[in-house]
Amino acid sequence: MPDFRVNDLNISSTLATMPCSFSFSVPAQSGLGISGASGIGKSILLKALADMLPHQGELFLDGIESQRILAPQWRKKVGLLPAESQWWGDQVGDHFHNYNDLLFGQLGFDKKVMAWQISHLSSGEKQRLACIRLLMNQPEVLLLDEPTANLDHSNREKVEHVILDYQKQQQSPIIMISHDQEQLETMCQQLLLLQNGHYEIKTLNKGVIE
Amino acid sequence: MIHLTPWDLVIASGMIVLLAISSILLQLNIAKQLVIAACRNVVQLLLIGYILKLIFNTNNLYLLATIATIMLLVAGYEINARQKYPLKRWVGFKIGTSALFLSSFAMALLTLTVIVAPTPWYSPQYSIPLLGMLLGNTMNGISLGMDKLNQSVYQQKQIIEQRLMLGHRYQDAIKDIRIESVRTGMIPIVNSMAIAGLVSLPGMMTGQILSGTPPVEAVKYQILIFFLIASGTGFGIMTAVWMISKRMFDERQRLDLAILKIK
Repeated sequence: MPDFRVNDLNISSTLATMPCSFSFSVPAQSGLGISGASGIGKSILLKALADMLPHQGELFLDGIESQRILAPQWRKKVGLLPAESQWWGDQVGDHFHNYNDLLFGQLGFDKKVMAWQISHLSSGEKQRLACIRLLMNQPEVLLLDEPTANLDHSNREKVEHVILDYQKQQQSPIIMISHDQEQLETMCQQLLLLQNGHYEIKTLNKGVIE
Repeated sequence: MIHLTPWDLVIASGMIVLLAISSILLQLNIAKQLVIAACRNVVQLLLIGYILKLIFNTNNLYLLATIATIMLLVAGYEINARQKYPLKRWVGFKIGTSALFLSSFAMALLTLTVIVAPTPWYSPQYSIPLLGMLLGNTMNGISLGMDKLNQSVYQQKQIIEQRLMLGHRYQDAIKDIRIESVRTGMIPIVNSMAIAGLVSLPGMMTGQILSGTPPVEAVKYQILIFFLIASGTGFGIMTAVWMISKRMFDERQRLDLAILKIK
């Protein structure tokens, strides 16, 4: 059972307004939402959890501390979906090793998408493809930075559905940033409210998966 | 061989003066730079001419080693000048000098001890021009490669981080940029090799022919120099790109651009 735990994490060297110590845990198959004002450091916190920023304190996945495994391996297990996805190749297919009928189909694509030019993608298409790219990497924990910010209502539901499906199969903990109260309540059991210099964690009543 | 008199050079300098005057009249703004460069050119070359005369007469290994070291250090400094996103001073100097040492010194030593093998092996008539030519040319390529690398990494920071987030090793995340940088640095020498003899007569060969060397002899030397410059540039760029890109990531393979001097 993969569970994710943060012990005394300090990233105030990256952003001075950050609390000096974060400690929380996200059990398997549960969600932690992060919310707070713009610029308060939500994305920075998420980046630190993927070990993308220098930090003090410890991150544990399934009881294993992040420093004990190689950084690329940690990032494969603790998969981060950034708010703005980046693409290095010219075509969609350059970013995938193989094709997965189910995942692409669920998010409204077929096999032809692999030949599409990256420069022609809309922001919504990029967001859905970035989500597929992340899930095909088979992460054990999902760190999602506003995963549905650029999507219309129906696509937002599709993405939420795909993510919850994945969570159910893999029993993954999810940590997500969202400004959508309704989404946080459907997908998360805890909410981390980030403020200037401190944070608090609340339990969300309604969030029961099933 | 026909010797040049001071008057011959005065006539040539007349052309420079004429160009400077036209540029002032046409407001092209190159007069000042042109005149300064021409004056520097005369002073630096006359100076090295007399120094070479001195060294040729003494044939002293230590004097030679001193001159060679100065040449290397100046090139190692200059290689970082005129870069868009230069490395911080000491790191840049260290990396530039190491790359040049490998590309030029190693190539020059190989040539002096194995290929041309004059007696003594450090004979200044061979070693100084050879080293100078290698340093000057490989410096160009290495400097272009470094410029491309630093600029691409700086501009593609987010793409590199995205790849790291997906669990790519840093070597993979920066692979495309490395390839592009090596390619960019190799363009000048590959171009000159490709057009040599068809479009241009290389400078060294021209010089040898002017001073009376049989053309085929001059050609053989030119080919040797081309091969040395090309392999030296290649190894030099590979060294520089490898050293820089290794330092752009910390021990947890996070992109860390602290080695760049961001203006």
